[in-house]
Amino acid sequence: MGGLTRYIVQRLMLTVPMVFILLSVAFLALRLMPGDPVLAMMGGRNVSPELLAQKRHEMGLDKPLHVQYVDYLRGLVRGDLGRSTRTGKPVGEELISRLPATLELALWGMVFAALFGIPTGMIAALRADRPADHAIRILHIGSFALPIFWVGLMFQVIFAVKLGWLPVAGRLAGRYAFSFQQVTGFYLLDALILKDWEILGDVVRHLVLPAVALGLAQMGFLGRVTRAAMLEVLDAEYVTTARSKGLRERVVILSHALRNALIPIITVFGLEFAVLMGGAVLTETVFSWPGVAGFLIQSLYYRDWWALQGTIAFIGVFVAMVNLVVDLLYSFVDPRIRY
Amino acid sequence: MKRGLTGTVLRALGVGTLRGQTLLKTGLVIVALFVIVAVLCAPRGGDRYGWIAGFPPYDPIRGYSNFPRLSAPSSSHWMGTDHLQRDVFSRVLAGGWAPLVVAFSSIALAMSVGSVVGWISGYVGGWPDRGLSLTMDAIYSFPSMILAIALVAVMGAGLVPMIAAISFVYVPTYFRITRAEVLRVREYAFVEAARAAGASGPRVLLRHVAPNTVNAMMAVSSFNIADAILTAAALAFLGYGLPPPTPDWGFDIQNGQRYLQSGYWWLITFPGLAIVTLSLGFGLVGEGISDLLNPKRRRKKLA
Repeated sequence: MGGLTRYIVQRLMLTVPMVFILLSVAFLALRLMPGDPVLAMMGGRNVSPELLAQKRHEMGLDKPLHVQYVDYLRGLVRGDLGRSTRTGKPVGEELISRLPATLELALWGMVFAALFGIPTGMIAALRADRPADHAIRILHIGSFALPIFWVGLMFQVIFAVKLGWLPVAGRLAGRYAFSFQQVTGFYLLDALILKDWEILGDVVRHLVLPAVALGLAQMGFLGRVTRAAMLEVLDAEYVTTARSKGLRERVVILSHALRNALIPIITVFGLEFAVLMGGAVLTETVFSWPGVAGFLIQSLYYRDWWALQGTIAFIGVFVAMVNLVVDLLYSFVDPRIRY
Repeated sequence: MKRGLTGTVLRALGVGTLRGQTLLKTGLVIVALFVIVAVLCAPRGGDRYGWIAGFPPYDPIRGYSNFPRLSAPSSSHWMGTDHLQRDVFSRVLAGGWAPLVVAFSSIALAMSVGSVVGWISGYVGGWPDRGLSLTMDAIYSFPSMILAIALVAVMGAGLVPMIAAISFVYVPTYFRITRAEVLRVREYAFVEAARAAGASGPRVLLRHVAPNTVNAMMAVSSFNIADAILTAAALAFLGYGLPPPTPDWGFDIQNGQRYLQSGYWWLITFPGLAIVTLSLGFGLVGEGISDLLNPKRRRKKLA
């Protein structure tokens, strides 16, 4: 395990310059951005210059740029991301309180993608170059030509407005907002812990449309990778051997072929997490989902510098961590890989 | 293969090699159709759209007082009308040029910048190469949609900021392809020999790197254009696109969102379908090119 620990430490060290680059770019870019966060915070018009100057002084915005930068980094090391000028709360607190919403959405998006992507990819590979394969391939290519925000809106029109089956937006119906006690912030889990079946049903109903909208494009991507990986392993000699041993086809496919095909599929899961976070920006905006990605867009509209810097750094670190975990997962799926 | 003049033209275009490439052909037809419509309906100054009378059928910018407001698709308005009494079909037709211009130029820009930087980085090596690779990896691993949105927000809405932001996101892709090829070719004996014979190193490398990366870039760039169309639409949807009343699919969808609760589905549906079809067209072209280039699949077909 010594090698593994060293590998983890090395990878963590590599994320430090990455986050530093991201933060520096975000810090500089925001200060070049048109618009003034103080003015936006004070509501725009009719602010006396004296009050404006005083506020700028309080926030340290009258200092030279490099001093501001060093101050910001100093705070960051202590875990202080500054205060959001829009909500008035510490940015770190805002992010932590919104993270479960985003994770819950992303997780169920991925579950949907895997549930439909992997089986369809396998069928396509087993029926390669036959009508079923062509149909599935077109489905897969088509699925990532879909703009996420548009899919979300179409879902809302069809399933919420026209059919009235599911709620249009949000995470929980207003009537439960006060009675619902959050435990983990993951509503589905919380409802299960509290054994409140009524709220559980409501949470699921709110989750379906955004999760499917978010997972749809990933489904196509995952399906394609599954198909390619399965085609690769189906040609392998160990599959021929397994068949000639007289093993049942189901055993050959599931425990000989699929197990090996899972390695590239897991890689894609890691890569796609970044794409998923990008998609979450749009899904959360369309569905008024109270997550980290939607927070980013709101902060952008309000010129909330501290919230923006913090969110960008936070997402960067988070994606890097997920990639690390995915890399570590390899060694479980593929025992040949040792760190 | 056809004979005569048609046959000669088709052969010159390389159409014969496309036999059996259904995906590629379908994709090319879709893309060609959109490009033709986009060119015919492109702005021609003074807020006028289209070069042929009656195409687009109505003015996409100014409403008509005798048109119904927010009416559902009918025989006179195939895609309905919007809140400003404009014909949605005309707006969809006139909205095609912007995403095409943005997608093509941003990928072309990303390809040029990425290849040049990747080529220099791979050739120079050492700490500049390590620094550049690390920076490119940082950009690459960050969610591209978020990066594009943040960049456009910094630069302000409009055509040029959109192109700049989207191209920035794709630079690492081309950097990686070119750099890997430079590192591979650098080891070959003929490069050493050419250099020993007095040819300049960079020139020799360029001559051997460029042809090898073209194929990979062809497929990747069509997929990227498909993706860039979605990104451009998303930026417009969030309000960072072209200023209204310019016809723009993403912006029109955002506008339709206000009437969603009233059930006016056509305002969202048709601009969205245009985005999907165009993006799908480029996706199919990319898929077709990968099929052509992938020797494994070709071998299978021969067997």
